[in-house]
Amino acid sequence: MTTATQTIEQLAGQKYKYGFYTDIESDTAPAGLSEETIAFISHKKNEPDWLLEMRLKAYRHFITLTEPNWAKLSCKPIDLHSISYYSAPKSKADGPKTLDEVDPKLLETYEKLGIPLNEQKVLAGVVAVDAVFDSVSVATTFKGKLKELGVIFCSFSEAVQEYPDLVRKYMGSVVPHTDNYFAALNSAVFTDGSFVFVPKGVKCPMELSTYFRINEMNTGQFERTLIVAEEGATVSYLEGCTAPMRDENQMHAAVVELVALERANIKYSTVQNWYPGDEEGRGGIYNFVTKRGICKGNDSKISWTQVETGSAVTWKYPSVILRGDRSVGEFYSVAVTNNCQQADTGTKMIHIGKDTRSNIVSKGISAGRSNNSYRGLVQVNRGASNARNYTQCDSMLMGNSCGAHTFPYIDVRNQTGKVEHEATTTKIGEDQIFYLQSRGISDEDAVAMIVNGFCREVLAELPMEFAVEAQKLLSISLEGSVG
Amino acid sequence: MLEIKGLKAQIEGNEILHGLNLTVNPGEVHAIMGPNGSGKSTLARVIAGSEDYEVTGGDILFEGESILELAPDERAQKGLFMAFQYPVEIPGVSNTYFLRQALNSIRKARGLEELTGKEFLAHAREKARLVELPDDLLKRSVNVGFSGGEKKRNEIFQMAVLEPKFSILDETDSGLDIDALRIVANGVNKLRGSDRSIVVVTHYQRLLQYIVPDVVHVLVDGRIAKTGGKELAEQLEEVGYSWVNGEMKTAQTANA
Ligand SMILES: Nc1ncnc2c1ncn2[C@@H]1O[C@H](COP(=O)(O)OP(=O)(O)OP(=O)(O)O)[C@@H](O)[C@H]1O
Ligand SMILES: [Mg+2]
Repeated sequence: MTTATQTIEQLAGQKYKYGFYTDIESDTAPAGLSEETIAFISHKKNEPDWLLEMRLKAYRHFITLTEPNWAKLSCKPIDLHSISYYSAPKSKADGPKTLDEVDPKLLETYEKLGIPLNEQKVLAGVVAVDAVFDSVSVATTFKGKLKELGVIFCSFSEAVQEYPDLVRKYMGSVVPHTDNYFAALNSAVFTDGSFVFVPKGVKCPMELSTYFRINEMNTGQFERTLIVAEEGATVSYLEGCTAPMRDENQMHAAVVELVALERANIKYSTVQNWYPGDEEGRGGIYNFVTKRGICKGNDSKISWTQVETGSAVTWKYPSVILRGDRSVGEFYSVAVTNNCQQADTGTKMIHIGKDTRSNIVSKGISAGRSNNSYRGLVQVNRGASNARNYTQCDSMLMGNSCGAHTFPYIDVRNQTGKVEHEATTTKIGEDQIFYLQSRGISDEDAVAMIVNGFCREVLAELPMEFAVEAQKLLSISLEGSVG
Repeated sequence: MLEIKGLKAQIEGNEILHGLNLTVNPGEVHAIMGPNGSGKSTLARVIAGSEDYEVTGGDILFEGESILELAPDERAQKGLFMAFQYPVEIPGVSNTYFLRQALNSIRKARGLEELTGKEFLAHAREKARLVELPDDLLKRSVNVGFSGGEKKRNEIFQMAVLEPKFSILDETDSGLDIDALRIVANGVNKLRGSDRSIVVVTHYQRLLQYIVPDVVHVLVDGRIAKTGGKELAEQLEEVGYSWVNGEMKTAQTANA
C-alpha cells in the first residue's frame, strides 16, 4: 500500500471522531486553526466525507509550510490563530443600522460612482439584499433561462450538495492544495464562492454575475471558485463589485480554478476594490489570491482581465496552463496603488502544447508612497514548438515617493519559441495636466483622463458596463495624488 | 477684454517678464513679434495659468477682473484659450472624447446644459470643416503621431470648438506648409468677431498678410518694446530686431 492511500484510509477511519460537533449550537467555529475547526466547517456545511478528507489533507500539508516572503511586499505577519474561520452569514445586528453610521468617505465614493441610494445601503451593510431587491425572483428567472441551456451557476456550497461529482472531478485539478501556502490554507478552510459549468457546445448568453452583483458579496475571506467550460462552450464571468465594500476581514485568500476543454473559451474579469487602508497605511485588506486556468483541450482560450485598485496588500498572479495545442492565454491587468498600498501582481503563462500563444498587457500606476510590482513568468516547455508570447509592461509614476518594479522571468526550453518583452516607465507629465486644464478640464479629471488613456487597452477588454465603472474607480482611487 | 499691467513673472528664480503692459480690446487682433527667448511663450503660458511660473508683480485683468488667483481650467471656463507652441500628446485619449469633456466642463461651469455625444459630434464636425481637419484625426489619440502641422491645425480646431472670448496663439504658423498656413489663417479669420479678441505670436510677417492685425507689438527682453500698426511688422521684416534693440538701448540710456 502506498503512503498516500494509507493516509486516506487513516483519514477515512478518523471521520467519526468529529461527530460530537452535531450537538453544538454555536454558529462560530472554535477559535484558531485546527483539525477540529476544519471538521466543524465541513460539518456545518453538511459536506460529503471526501471533501472533509480533502480539507484535512490540505491542512496537514499547510502546517508544514512557512509563509512566503519572496514577493516584493512588506507586511506584518498574519496571526492565523486569531482569525475565525467560520461564522454564519453576517446578521444584520452586527452591521450599521443607518447610513449615518457608515464611514462618510465610503458614502462619498458611492456618490461619485453614481450608485443609487438603495444599492448603497446594501453595499454598506445597512440592509439585506432582499429588503431592497426582489433578488429571489430575478435570480429565479435568470437561473431558469440558464437551466434550459444546461448552464449551472450557483454557489460553491450548493454545487457541493447538488453536483458533487462535477465538483469532485475538477476541484483541485488546476490548483492543487500543494501549490502554495495560501492555496493550502484555502483548500483547508474555504467557506464559499461560485460554481459555473457550461456544457458542450453551449454559448452562455449572458455575462455571469452581473445580476448577482449584490448577492454575490460576503462570500467570506476564503473564497473558492470553479468554472468549467466543456467542448466548444463559451462563458464570460465577472467577479467582484466595482463599489468598495464594507468589510472587516483582514485577509482574503481565494482560489479560483478555470478549466477549458477543447475549443472552449473562458473570459474572467475582475474589478477589485477592497478597503486599501488609510493615508497612513493603517488597516486595509491583505489580498492573497491563487487564480489559475488550464486550457486543457486543443484550440481553447482563457482570458484574464483585472482592474485592481483596492486592498492594502495584493499578491495575485492569474495564470494559464496552455496544455492543448493552439490554445491561447491572455492577461490584461491594471493595478493602481496609492498612499501606502502595495501590489505584487502579474501572471504565469505555461506553454505545453504546440503552437500555443500568450499575450500579456500589464499597466501599473503608482502614486503616493505606494509600491507596484509586475512579476510574470513565461515558460515554454520542451514539447511546445512554435510557442509565441508577447508581453507589454507599462508603468506610470505619479510623484517622487512611489515605486514601480518589473520582474519578468522567461524560461524557454524549445528553440522554436518566440518570447517578446517590452517595458516602459513614464511619469505623468505636468505638461499633460496643464494642457488638459487649459482646455477647461479640472486637474482631477485631467489625471483621470491621462490614466484612463494609459490603461485603454486593458479597459477595452472589460464588458461595457464594467468598463465605465472601472474608469470612475481609477480616478477615485487616485484622488489627492496630484498636488 | 484683457489688460496686463506691469506684469513680472519668473521661473525657477529667473525673472523673464520685467513689467509688461498690454491691452487688448474686444474684437481686436494683435500680433506679438520678438526675438527667440524674449518671453513670448512665457507671456502666453502665464496668461493661461501655468504653475511653472511665479507672478511677482503686476496683474492680469480679464473683463475687468483679476485672474491671477484662478487655476488654468477656471480661466478656460471664463473664456481664455492658448494654442500651444508645442502641443502635448495624450496617449489613449481620443481627440473627440477629450474635446467633448473640455467643452462640457466649460458649459457646466457656465450653467449651460452639457452636450450629448451626438450633439457634440455635429458641432465638432462643423468646426473640423473650418480648419479642414481630416476625420481620422478626430478619432485618434490627442496629438499622438500627428505631424507638426497637424498638431498646429488641431490647436485651431480646439479653439473653434471651444469658442473662447480671448485666444493667444503661440507660433501656430511655425511648421505649417503654405496651404496649411492659408487654411489655418482662414479658420482664425472666421473666428474673428466683435466680441472676440485674438493675439497671434509669430516670427513671420507672412502670417500677418493672411490674418491682418489691428495692432503689432514687439516684445524684447520681457517687455513690450514697440507698438504700432500692421506696417510695423513689415518694417521689422526688412531691418530685423536690432533696430528695435537699438532704439530701446537709446531710450534706456536717455532715461538713465
Ligand atoms: N526653467 C527655466 N529656467 C531658466 N530660464 C528659463 C526656464 N524656462 C525658460 N527659460 C528662459 O525664459 C526665456 C523666455 O522663454 P520663452 O519660451 O518665453 O521665449 P520665446 O519668446 O517664446 O522664444 P521663441 O521665439 O524661441 O519661442 C528664455 O531665455 C528661456 O531660456
Ligand atoms: Mg516661444
